[in-house]
Amino acid sequence: MRAFANHRFLTLAILAAVIAVLPLVFPSSYYFRVASLVWVSALAAIGLNILMGQAGQVSLGHAAFFGIGAYAVGIGPAHLGIPSWAALLLGAALSAVLAYLVGRPILRLKGHYLAIATLGLGVLVALVISTESGWTGGPDGMPVARLTLFGWRVSGSDTWYWVTGGLLLVGTWIALNLDETPTGRAFRALHDSEVAAQVVGVDIARFKLQAFVIAAVYASLAGSALAFMNGFITPDQAGFLHSVELVTIVVLGGLGSVVGSIVGAAVLVTLPQALTVFHEYEHLLLGLIIIVSMIFMRNGIVPSLSALFFQRARS
Amino acid sequence: MAEFLQFLISGLTVGAVYALVALGFTLIYNASGVVNFAQGEFVMLGGMVTVFTFAAGVPLPLAALFAIVVSIVVGLLLHRLAIEPARGASAVTLIIITIGASILLRGVAQIVFDKQFHKLPAFTGDAPVDIMGAAVQPQSFWVLGGAGVVVLGLYVFLEHTVLGKAVLATAANRLAARLVGINTTTIMALAFGGSAAIGAVAGILVTPITLTSYDVGTLLALKGFAAAMLGGMGNPLGAVVGGLLLGLLEAFGAGYLSSTYKDAFAFLVILIVLFAAPQGLFGRRVVERV
Repeated sequence: MRAFANHRFLTLAILAAVIAVLPLVFPSSYYFRVASLVWVSALAAIGLNILMGQAGQVSLGHAAFFGIGAYAVGIGPAHLGIPSWAALLLGAALSAVLAYLVGRPILRLKGHYLAIATLGLGVLVALVISTESGWTGGPDGMPVARLTLFGWRVSGSDTWYWVTGGLLLVGTWIALNLDETPTGRAFRALHDSEVAAQVVGVDIARFKLQAFVIAAVYASLAGSALAFMNGFITPDQAGFLHSVELVTIVVLGGLGSVVGSIVGAAVLVTLPQALTVFHEYEHLLLGLIIIVSMIFMRNGIVPSLSALFFQRARS
Repeated sequence: MAEFLQFLISGLTVGAVYALVALGFTLIYNASGVVNFAQGEFVMLGGMVTVFTFAAGVPLPLAALFAIVVSIVVGLLLHRLAIEPARGASAVTLIIITIGASILLRGVAQIVFDKQFHKLPAFTGDAPVDIMGAAVQPQSFWVLGGAGVVVLGLYVFLEHTVLGKAVLATAANRLAARLVGINTTTIMALAFGGSAAIGAVAGILVTPITLTSYDVGTLLALKGFAAAMLGGMGNPLGAVVGGLLLGLLEAFGAGYLSSTYKDAFAFLVILIVLFAAPQGLFGRRVVERV
């Protein structure tokens, strides 16, 4: 147990060090922006990984909660006169309630049926967002008021770098700790075998629902952060392709690995930025890299590489 | 009545395309257990290759045939280069591979072709046919008839040929199929090729009505997947019924309720069906052995 605690501490320390040191090598504010995007995607992916990697339930509609968080901080101040910070909390609460309500019937489904049900939920939310243009600005999106905290106006890409970095640290800390709690162990038990988990007294319906709600809140907060950072939101952020991107980050990085989600986000967010130099070959290369890395690192980047590393160390 | 008939026929036409995509899903899923998210790209390939070959001066039937052959080759390559090397990987890993393949194929199409929308001429003219007050495009009959021929052909193949029975045996139990001497790798390749051909046919038939571009695949894959799940994953009959049902839901939902929410209507019904019947309409109850 002690070893695990140290491992956790080490992971957090390394992550904090990376966040602190990176700005020293950034040549321009563009890099701060890309890095902030990585932290935000990583935050959403870590939440989804609790659902997928720890509890073993797939969600192909997770961008819905990301979108709810994003549009909450857009609509709240603009249409309802709610302060931005309160809108952020309201978005998270709304995501949690929605996840709780639909989670019960949806999480009874298994495998591909769960995938299509969550996908349907995601499509529904995205459709409402892009259709109700009076509230959301429709397909063109809407501007988001800057976040003001105690008179401090949070703006600028370097400021948001630190804010999102801090959020990611907290999110990582919670996810790492969760793994060692009775709840985390229950998640893993139902991941390995639902029947076995049920036999030893795990209330599987309750724990699945818990994982779903936690993942929804993570995504919602990440969505709010991105909306504040960009100052603008579009329905794409709640769309199917964004859901697929989140799932790809989780699987590419490594199911069940918190660090994996951060690495996966780093790869999938920076790669398209880096590939823009290849102009029209961008999608071709992105697809190719996803295929090749999944073939050769089928458990995801972090678990595969660490297995390789420890094998070397032992021999 | 005329309005009802109009919605019915347009629903069936779109539904027939969904049914073909769902059928492709089912064929691959049965043979290999892979949910192929690149299924929509076969539809895109069928349409796009036909458009560009036809534009180059090749007669339409030959252009269509060429498009089907190209799609089959792509399907076989997908199996050989992306699915086969990852054999034994978890289901979700394989899904991500097919998602990667769909991004890759879209990227290739964007380079080889372009990013514009393209149209094919209707096979037998554009003059609408009047059926009890409903104006029906002749191409609708081509879509419905073509889908019918494909479904019938697949049925005959699966039920009345030795190779088809080998596919069914592989779907029922891969290990047992291998034990009785069926080369399951060949069967899987066959499923990918066949599924690509079915997708391409759907793309060729529907392009005169809906147009095509390099990125039509995503939405079609999504709808096809939904149709397959609605019918019950792994059941060919379920895929066809699910596809037609989805098309009808969209057409009537758009016609009588709200055209902006036609997709919402379809997915809402899918959610309700799944809550009531967690295995889809025709799916078998899976008994989990412990």
